Amino acid sequence: MPLMSDSIQDRVLKIIANTRRIPLESVRPDSSFEELGIDSLDRLNILFDLESEFDIEIDDEEAKKVQNIPEMIAGITQLVDAKASPES
Amino acid sequence: MPRVVITGIGVISPIGLTRDAFWRSLVAGTCGIRTVNSPDFEQIRFKHAADIEGFVPEDHLSAKDITLMDRFAQFAVVAAKEAMSQSGLKLTPAMREDGAVVTGSCIGGRSAEEVGYRELYIHNRNRVHPLTIPLGMANAGASHISMHFGIQGPSYTVSTACASSAHSIGQAFHMVRCGAAPFALAGGSEAPLYFGNLKAWEAMRVISKDTCRPFSTDRSGLVLGEGAAMLVLEPLDAALARGAKPIAEIVGFGMSADACHITQPSAEGPARAMRMALRDAGLAPEQVGYINAHGTATEVNDRTETAAIRLVFGAYADKLAVSSTKSMHAHTLGAAGAIEAAASALSLANGILPPTVNYTTPDPACDLDVVPNAARTQQVETCLSNSFAFGGLNAVLAFRKFA
Repeated sequence: MPLMSDSIQDRVLKIIANTRRIPLESVRPDSSFEELGIDSLDRLNILFDLESEFDIEIDDEEAKKVQNIPEMIAGITQLVDAKASPES
Repeated sequence: MPRVVITGIGVISPIGLTRDAFWRSLVAGTCGIRTVNSPDFEQIRFKHAADIEGFVPEDHLSAKDITLMDRFAQFAVVAAKEAMSQSGLKLTPAMREDGAVVTGSCIGGRSAEEVGYRELYIHNRNRVHPLTIPLGMANAGASHISMHFGIQGPSYTVSTACASSAHSIGQAFHMVRCGAAPFALAGGSEAPLYFGNLKAWEAMRVISKDTCRPFSTDRSGLVLGEGAAMLVLEPLDAALARGAKPIAEIVGFGMSADACHITQPSAEGPARAMRMALRDAGLAPEQVGYINAHGTATEVNDRTETAAIRLVFGAYADKLAVSSTKSMHAHTLGAAGAIEAAASALSLANGILPPTVNYTTPDPACDLDVVPNAARTQQVETCLSNSFAFGGLNAVLAFRKFA
């Protein structure tokens, strides 16, 4: 289980590694989805696990735009921040 | 081999509760997709589907029968009744003994299971309804059709996801053609608009954000629908001998497996199924004038299907009309192959090609004549109906205008 002190980036990388069943060391922020062998179904599984991990809902159309891991981390950060801020 | 014709068609669809109402909507380009005001959709991110309005089981079935059937089985029997009554086929004891019933359904009556599981898991009850199994089984449609008409020959259900009822019609066609059955009732039905299944489709992230726009560059996915279609298939000689008027001839059936990915289709698998249907029918590609596409309106389906059509038809693909009637009746999963077979047969019989509606902008990767937005008066001699399932299982039917 990730500690709360883990950064969002660390938690996202862990989710990718666990979902794809590959060693955490092989997943770096600059890894491409292709390099990691992540296909469309793996993406679905990762989105599902990210929603559970961060207790967020990821919109279909927003999810389709994500091309790489930094964009994924940025998107998750945005959703986590929105959840924490009361006016959203 | 004897020729096989379609002598009756029954349809229950989001764009018409009978064959004729369905056909009128296809010609008018009516889209059956709308916001569904049902509690099942309350916790779902999408609110649109092509549900069936105005279906009253009591108008067609006895009270006792209704309690024994889930919605998908009711659709199956009612569509079969319309098909049989249209065909005018009078069943002799010998025909009853050997006649075939082949249905397709992807999820069958699983909504009945869901009701039971809700009782167990949420309401902490310790029992489920005693009919949960017979209501839920995928073959309930075939069983109730066989009982309703007393048809006792080869009867079964095919479940190949979105190709289920194309496989069922194809297999029934082959049985009638080879003489294994003197006639067949074949088709499919589906009632997938219940909470648990909607949640599962939501999780797949393939449902469109607005409507169903096959082959249009601004498409964003498929839309779920419910419904049924059943066909009566007979040898041509027998049909003519009893004075029946064939609607269209069914001439070929091809099947293949992609053998590559559980959800990502290949172009080669569908192409092989189309080639096999043409070979089975003894048709050259250039004899085909129209394809009723699988056309789900997911990017991957539409592009892969276009590539597959180009593999089979080469430069001639530019002369083909290819439309997706899912743009109107949506994706009825296990019923889709049968509803689209009905659309194909009716387009041959009426000399009109149904359109791809909701079409706005061409996608360069889907550069086919998709009959955009308006039906076209055009008599083609033969057509194909494509059905490609998750899991890479493909079924293609070939039809010829009856003349």
